[in-house]
Amino acid sequence: MTEIQTKPATPDSLDTLRCRLCGEVTDAGPYHVCEHCFGPLEVGYDLESLRGTLTRELIRSRPTNLWRYRELLPIGTDPVGGHAVGWTPLLPAPRLGEALGIEDLWIKADSSNHPTQSFKDRVVAIALQRAHEFGIKVVGCASTGNLANSVAAQAAAAGLEAWIFIPEDLEPEKVTATGVHGARLVRIRGVYDDVNRLCAEVSDRFGWGIVNVNLRPYYAEGSKTVGFEIVEQLDWSLPANVVAPMAGGSLITKLGKSFREFGEVGLIDDGPKPRLFGTQAAGCAPIINALHEGESRVRPVREPKTIARSLAIGNPADGPFALQAMLDSGGWGEAVSDDEIVEGIRLLASLEGVFTETAGGVVVAGAARLAREGRFASDGPTVLCITGNGLKTPDAARSTFELGEPIEPRLSEVERLAEGM
Amino acid sequence: MSVKVRVPSALRKLTQGRSELEGKGGTVREVLDHVGRDNPELLARITEDGGEIRQFLNVFVNGTDIRYEKDLDTPVAEGDEVSIVPSIAGG
Repeated sequence: MTEIQTKPATPDSLDTLRCRLCGEVTDAGPYHVCEHCFGPLEVGYDLESLRGTLTRELIRSRPTNLWRYRELLPIGTDPVGGHAVGWTPLLPAPRLGEALGIEDLWIKADSSNHPTQSFKDRVVAIALQRAHEFGIKVVGCASTGNLANSVAAQAAAAGLEAWIFIPEDLEPEKVTATGVHGARLVRIRGVYDDVNRLCAEVSDRFGWGIVNVNLRPYYAEGSKTVGFEIVEQLDWSLPANVVAPMAGGSLITKLGKSFREFGEVGLIDDGPKPRLFGTQAAGCAPIINALHEGESRVRPVREPKTIARSLAIGNPADGPFALQAMLDSGGWGEAVSDDEIVEGIRLLASLEGVFTETAGGVVVAGAARLAREGRFASDGPTVLCITGNGLKTPDAARSTFELGEPIEPRLSEVERLAEGM
Repeated sequence: MSVKVRVPSALRKLTQGRSELEGKGGTVREVLDHVGRDNPELLARITEDGGEIRQFLNVFVNGTDIRYEKDLDTPVAEGDEVSIVPSIAGG
């Protein structure tokens, strides 16, 4: 068993963990669940003390990585890793916008995040920094793939032992991109929710730092940096609409938190916030189902069936909060078929040159539906969160083009092809 | 029917630190009621006023979520394992 220090040094702004449901306060230790009502614990900050001291100039003066927002992140000491994580491109997407009928469309391209080409690099950087501060030597995760890649890579760089628990049917590319880092890869016979339940028990039994279990309050805060960066990259202004994929529902919830916190510390006007739109694959859409049926409780999906395996969480931990984030912001959500996902991947790649994995296809296809329904506010930019790289799920894109027969290395052969065009 | 009940760390203050309890009964409800006799605070903590399991707790019988079976009326057999697991994890 790892001996865990429960009270690392903390900066003034990292205060406590507070239950999102009952408000019970506890110290900022390696726990994720309220002992009173089992609600999720969330990091609290003394935002008032940051007004006037956390300025745009101060942030601009710092390196272009996620630590530039460190006062709004739950870290207690100077970061020991993650120095190339975050600050991914925010790309104008006029050609895709024209195709989808969305004016002023932008792509937040976490598909080029470092080191493992997904937005999970952000949350893992925070979790491993916190693990370092707690004196934890063994880390791990339950993963649908992207998280596995990132924990394995960043643990390797930090010299930590990593135990990665995955469903046995994960895409081979994601398995390889995890195992190569030397992590202990444990395949589970079952779906992600089985893996997740097991990890909750593993965390209890072994005292390891499971990034999305007992380090989850800190891990989840890393998602806010997507929102922080969008605002800074739009020259300190808010978009009108943000579209995100939903698996466990944490990202969309934390996007809302990021915009609120920037307003509360005075970095932007504390006015109306962006509409938040969630997207899921139709074969695993527990949050969208609840949204469309007007339910406040999210009924789990027992056997997800979708090519978007990175979103195939049937029992989303933050489901109720994701629902609330969409509704409170005036947003909405949609679920899309596997065919629509593939078409979404094709559109983004062929119109904007960005190759995304299936989760990104869900976002593009979901945005297409939402645009047709007239759901977007038209008074500002719309940002699509593209959270993973297409090289992680290449099979999904294979049907998007035809590969002709090989030709002889003769100019006449190319002339023949050109004539046929 | 003797059934093992696994208790998460967040609840062990209510079970004198024990991570496993022995329960008896033919359904999950009966087993939890049985362990609740010796651990009344535990039972009160895991259920809502109407007697249902709290929103952010999941209960599993041999790894299967009881919401996919008959909720608290899910039958249990000798040697089964009932796990109480906070739902806030993963993603």
